[in-house]
Amino acid sequence: MFLSMNWIGDFVDLSGLDRKALIRNFTLSTAEVEDIIEKGCDISGVVVAKILSVENHPESKKLHLLKVDKGDEVVDIVCGAPNVREGMKVALATVGGRVGEITIAPRKLAGYTSYGMCCSEAELGISDDNSGIWEITDDIALGTDIKTVYDIDDIIFEVDNKSLTNRPDLWSHYGMAREFATLTQRELKCPALLDTKQFDSLPPVAIDVKATDLVYRYSAIKVENITRKISPVNMRIRLFYCGSRAINFLADLTNYVMMELGQPMHAFDNAKVDKIEVQTFPKGLKFTTLDGVERNIDDKMLMITSGDVPVAIAGVMGGDASKIEDDTTSLLLESATFDGVSVRKTTTRLGLRTDASQRYEKMLDPELCRTATERLLSLLEQYDKGATVISAFTDAYVNRYPEITLTFDKKYVDRYTGIEISNETIVRTLTSLGFAVTACGDDFTVVVPSWRATKDVTIKADIIEEITRIYGYDNFEIFTSSSPLLPVRKEVIKSDEDRMKDILVKSYRMHEVHSYIWSDSKKNDELGIKTPENVKVINAQTPDHSYLRVSMIPTLLAFVKENKAYGDSFSIFEIGHTVEGLKENGECNEVNKLGVVLYSRGESEESVFLRARDAVAELAADILHKNIEFASSECDYDFEHPVNSFDIRIDGKKVGFISTLHPTVLENIDKKCAVAVFEISTQLFADVAVANTKYSEPSKFPAIDIDITFTADVGAIVFDELVSCAKNAAGELLSDVKMKDIYTADGSSAVTFRFSFVSSERTLTKQELTPATEAICKALEPLGLTLKA
Amino acid sequence: MQNRIEELKRSFVTSLGAAGSAESLEALRVEYLGKKGYVAELMKGLKDASDKKAAGQLINEFKTEVEDSIAKATEELRAAQIAAKIRGAKKYNPTLRAEAEFGSYHPITLATREVEEIFVSMGFTIENYFEIVDDYKCFEALNIPKHHPARDMQDTYYLDNGQLLKTHTSAAQNAIMKKYGAPLRAIFPGRCFRNESTDACHENTFFQMEGMMIDENISISNLIYFMKTMLSEVFKRDVKVRLRPGFFPFVEPGFELDINCEICGGEGCPSCKNSGWLELCPCGMIHPNVLREGGIDTEKYTGFAFGLGLTRLAMMKYGVKDIRDFNSGNLKALSQFKSI
Repeated sequence: MFLSMNWIGDFVDLSGLDRKALIRNFTLSTAEVEDIIEKGCDISGVVVAKILSVENHPESKKLHLLKVDKGDEVVDIVCGAPNVREGMKVALATVGGRVGEITIAPRKLAGYTSYGMCCSEAELGISDDNSGIWEITDDIALGTDIKTVYDIDDIIFEVDNKSLTNRPDLWSHYGMAREFATLTQRELKCPALLDTKQFDSLPPVAIDVKATDLVYRYSAIKVENITRKISPVNMRIRLFYCGSRAINFLADLTNYVMMELGQPMHAFDNAKVDKIEVQTFPKGLKFTTLDGVERNIDDKMLMITSGDVPVAIAGVMGGDASKIEDDTTSLLLESATFDGVSVRKTTTRLGLRTDASQRYEKMLDPELCRTATERLLSLLEQYDKGATVISAFTDAYVNRYPEITLTFDKKYVDRYTGIEISNETIVRTLTSLGFAVTACGDDFTVVVPSWRATKDVTIKADIIEEITRIYGYDNFEIFTSSSPLLPVRKEVIKSDEDRMKDILVKSYRMHEVHSYIWSDSKKNDELGIKTPENVKVINAQTPDHSYLRVSMIPTLLAFVKENKAYGDSFSIFEIGHTVEGLKENGECNEVNKLGVVLYSRGESEESVFLRARDAVAELAADILHKNIEFASSECDYDFEHPVNSFDIRIDGKKVGFISTLHPTVLENIDKKCAVAVFEISTQLFADVAVANTKYSEPSKFPAIDIDITFTADVGAIVFDELVSCAKNAAGELLSDVKMKDIYTADGSSAVTFRFSFVSSERTLTKQELTPATEAICKALEPLGLTLKA
Repeated sequence: MQNRIEELKRSFVTSLGAAGSAESLEALRVEYLGKKGYVAELMKGLKDASDKKAAGQLINEFKTEVEDSIAKATEELRAAQIAAKIRGAKKYNPTLRAEAEFGSYHPITLATREVEEIFVSMGFTIENYFEIVDDYKCFEALNIPKHHPARDMQDTYYLDNGQLLKTHTSAAQNAIMKKYGAPLRAIFPGRCFRNESTDACHENTFFQMEGMMIDENISISNLIYFMKTMLSEVFKRDVKVRLRPGFFPFVEPGFELDINCEICGGEGCPSCKNSGWLELCPCGMIHPNVLREGGIDTEKYTGFAFGLGLTRLAMMKYGVKDIRDFNSGNLKALSQFKSI
């Protein structure tokens, strides 16, 4: 929104102050200023002058040779404007003056010297009209510098609309002036109003508010005999500077009042609209707005009708049929407050936002309706003396906001601010902002002004903001808190996830990636993975991203495929959230998971798989001090290899799976590569109790290692089972079992285990261990391990 | 005796000169100093000597001479061998190596850890929270009224079970307040979702870090202190902060916090849109309605909350121009982030 400092100056005297500095500080106390634009600084030496004679240029079709009286002298001007006319008053830029980039000097044009330039409105920056030179119709002495009669000099500032969402009162120059008055501790002046009580004896306007739930107030008044067509120059300049275009006097007038006071107004041609109903249409209808667009009105959109004929979309835009035309002389003036939510929904559904609807959305103060009408009538009286009010100010005030009174004390303010702000400052600030303050010692009672009471200020914490923003946050002394220091807790899952990242990055040189919470069914299709049905996003940007992910792996596989050019061998992982359907209560069963994919070209699949196995085992060993159990299992997902898929278990409980890829999926990634994946629920992982480190005194006597080689089907061995069997058979002297070697040839395989024996009391001899090793061999036979001959 | 010693001396010098290896030196030592060596033989002959004392002295001198000579020759030989080893050593080249693959952290992890560390050092707990929440957690408990634009379909991803993807980390405030009660100081990083089309500056999936501090006398002054301290640590300089009024339904008063632009030093440049300030984090005093919903006594406690854009912070910190790089899985981009 653009605001004019001249306009604000109508209501607060800012003389003697640095207005640009005030605007810059406005950002710190009220709302964000995005830009400051100085108007008129590139215009000088432009005076009111009169064309005495017009001659066509002998050789040019466009150019005219003029004699122009600039008050003190008649000068020759060469001018190309089509609308030059003898007797016309114009804005003449005189020699030595400046218009925009042009410095005026005697200049030869097609053989004739021009001693100045007649300016268009666009050249002077006061409108975008460049069709011809500006004709001045006001009665002004020739030679008068136009800047002394017209407000060309101004400072315009732009405020970020978003920073005003909760301040309906600031969508107006008057509201802004109140802020400046408070900030500068100067007086706020009332705008000139025309008291409408004097019209009470005139006949009322017929108003019937049917949809009382969507309307706070609907007021109207009728005026006739309006003759003025074009707005005063200064009004047009202000409108233009603030981003609006002059249309005609009546339209400009309603815009002007809206920009000045914040109240949208609508002028209907009284010849076409002489009574009002406010209602919705259960069946909807088609309606052409004054911009000529036909729109679909649905059953929830509030409409203004006249004799049940729709004439406007309430709070948004008037209708084409009832709009003010150039020949309109009588009008029905609407000043109303509609429900902000309803207006916002209507604009969203129509895809049509207007200056009026933007203001209604913010919840306008219904008290403004009458003030705005009185302001408009006062301006009308000033600029179109013949205009006559022909109805009473008719007011259907169907809903009122309650008056809000808040009480608080000095201690409350101190607690919130942490600094000392005096009672006097509190009272002065709030009073200046329009709050009615009663102070009794350290206790305050304030009545919230109507323009802040529609939603903005409702509780005493809101008062704190008013006091502190005007006090200035830059003026705050800052202190640390006096809260006691307590031990810092960190959730187990969080620290586990952090340690997983460290291990995978540092020890396994993996790369951490991030993706999305939804499956990408298009990428899954390319990989030959069926996207599992799951909880769905109902407004996904593309249908491919509808289902939430159950597993992290498919996205990681797609990443691997996209990164093939990165290297021959790399591993990636992601720790994030997945959803495993719904819980009993209907909420998503959100599960945090670690997904890992190892990729290699030129390494055997088994070797890649075993690296993955090592990584899983290290996570459990490092973080939980526990061993992983791997158990062959059915596949959970279609991308897993039917043979080489294993559950990852800790303390007998499944926490995830490890697998190579289904050959179909693998080939879709790369025909010559090996991939292994694993996935762990970090929540289940974090739920596992960490094993305490148990210290056992090392034996002072040497251990004896005995290697035994068995023939066996290596794939069928479950190592943990083997160890416990061996320990049962050999007794307590067997301290450790390690796999030493696997040897495969001629279709049979052999595996060597190293059995370590130690006693805490004496040195063992090989001979005395013979019974133990024999027992081990016997015990392992049922597991498919036969002593190799 | 004396003659014998002289004779042995001469032959020793000759033998020593000829001994060129550790083995021959050892043989020489055994020949002279061994149990059956010449020195032992001389010692045996001592009992027949006329002047035992003088003879003994001569033998001892000879023995010492032999010992020293052998030790010296051994040392010289070793020195020569070491020198030969050095001369013959292979020169290594540390500048040539096959590129070893290092792992990498996601830049968001690094940015998160850095901020977490700062807050942990100031006594803040780190909390983990869901990404999928309900309307109550995301909006209602945060004083965002039913008709607020933030709830519109165009901003929020809704799920077919009625829940939604959280649009801000503030959605965890209620649960954390209920979990710990007051006093409380906690930060909770998390992934957030907004239904908007993506471009270099916009992502539908991004990270924020929320923080809260609640106690009996938490004030605006405290808020400014903690924000300034945290940001000075993050940016490794004494940042200037300024608060501007900002409207967020879950805080009152609410602020936009700016820091002075480092690039131009506050003079104004394209990075800060010529204002000299960078908008960094919305914050404010927690709205009494929000505290109340979290089961906290609003007459006794006040608190502040802030939301830091972690994704934005990581972009600033590492000079990432396109926000979409973060979720691209592109290792050429992501493998550059080794550690903080």
